[in-house]
Amino acid sequence: MTKIRYIEHNGKEHIVEIQNGLTVMEGAVQNDIPGIDADCGGSMSCATCHVYVKEDWYDKLPKKEMGEDDMLDQAYEPKSNSRLSCQIMVSDDLDGLSVYMPEKQV
Amino acid sequence: MIKTDVVIIGAGPTGLFCAHQLGIIGLKCEIVDNLDKIGGQCIELYPDKPIYDIPAVPECTGEELTNNLIKQIKPFNFNFHLNDRVQELRQENESWIVKTSNGKEFNTPNVVIAGGVGSFEPRKFPTKSAEKFDGKTVLYSIKDKSIFKDKSVAIFGGGDSALDWAIELSNISKVSLIHRRDEFRGAAASVQKIKELSEKNKINLFTKYSIKDVKGNGSLEEVEIKSEEGESKTLKADYVLGFFGLIMQLGPIAEWGLNLDKKTIPVNTENFETNKKGIFAIGDICNYPGKLKLILSGFHEGALAARGCFKYARPKEKYRFEFTTASNIIKDRLGVK
Repeated sequence: MTKIRYIEHNGKEHIVEIQNGLTVMEGAVQNDIPGIDADCGGSMSCATCHVYVKEDWYDKLPKKEMGEDDMLDQAYEPKSNSRLSCQIMVSDDLDGLSVYMPEKQV
Repeated sequence: MIKTDVVIIGAGPTGLFCAHQLGIIGLKCEIVDNLDKIGGQCIELYPDKPIYDIPAVPECTGEELTNNLIKQIKPFNFNFHLNDRVQELRQENESWIVKTSNGKEFNTPNVVIAGGVGSFEPRKFPTKSAEKFDGKTVLYSIKDKSIFKDKSVAIFGGGDSALDWAIELSNISKVSLIHRRDEFRGAAASVQKIKELSEKNKINLFTKYSIKDVKGNGSLEEVEIKSEEGESKTLKADYVLGFFGLIMQLGPIAEWGLNLDKKTIPVNTENFETNKKGIFAIGDICNYPGKLKLILSGFHEGALAARGCFKYARPKEKYRFEFTTASNIIKDRLGVK
């Protein structure tokens, strides 16, 4: 189990223990955390699980695969620290990761 | 008013296979989809991506899957109503009256919602100020390019639509192309062309910028863009075009009095009927314990929903299960000997 901190756009925090091997998106959906829609169910075909990751963590995460940036082009207000949370796999290395939600997903 | 046994909302794989099952058991259906083509997410989101988990099909693309499903239901000659969206659902005696945004009306005892995560709509600019120009000078698709002649046009996006229109309009308009990063996801040849046009000053290219504001008294005058570092630029613009792909919106489905759980519709797993008699939900949009968002699950759900439709479409008949391998009636329906 790994602690992930989800911060809604309004600042509300949810600290949740997520099982390793799930994605950060799945962790949010299974725990009913608002702000991550995940319309396509995790197939990197939409951009509704978009989160921001602070630089120190952003650099520690496994790099984006081909196609993620293309989808992020279609996200709501993407920035250089944007990620799709369906592409971030939870593991021990991510303990304490904070992800920030955009104002909205669509 | 079109009278039919079933109206299927959504022409994705789940809706198509449900139509097949309806045809097999001798029911008629009409299929409505908001997109201009058949195939749903398979065709809109990943036509070229290989799918590996269709039973007995080791690998196929979204487009191939769609084409095969279309072929499979061809014998039944069902009607498709594309570019149209079901807007209203109203009960009248034992029937449902279904109205579409193009003004079509159906009278049917059954409606099968196979709408995925809703209908596809263009993703819009996040800026509030863009709303008042929406559909006039802030556009997300182009119907008539002649309106841009000799005008200043700011195009946002990095995919093929943005690049193709930037190239096309650079012949007749003063084009600025704005994209949030240096890389473009459009075709390599288009990216090359954009770079050439930019070097020749035929296009003003701004990468690592996004929209900040649109301004104008009455009509649109300029668009303000910002870099991530917070630096702003103001560009003259008579038109602003955004090409950020499509998003899925549940839309009018939310207003039909169905029970909803987040963006999904709870169903029973016996026949995938919702809380409303004669309204069924299958595929990604339905929800039940153990639900998997797989195409194969959608097929199963469609097969059972079709049987569920039978009792309302043929209240005086008893449904009898038959195999396609053995039934002459089914072979007749399929037009095979």
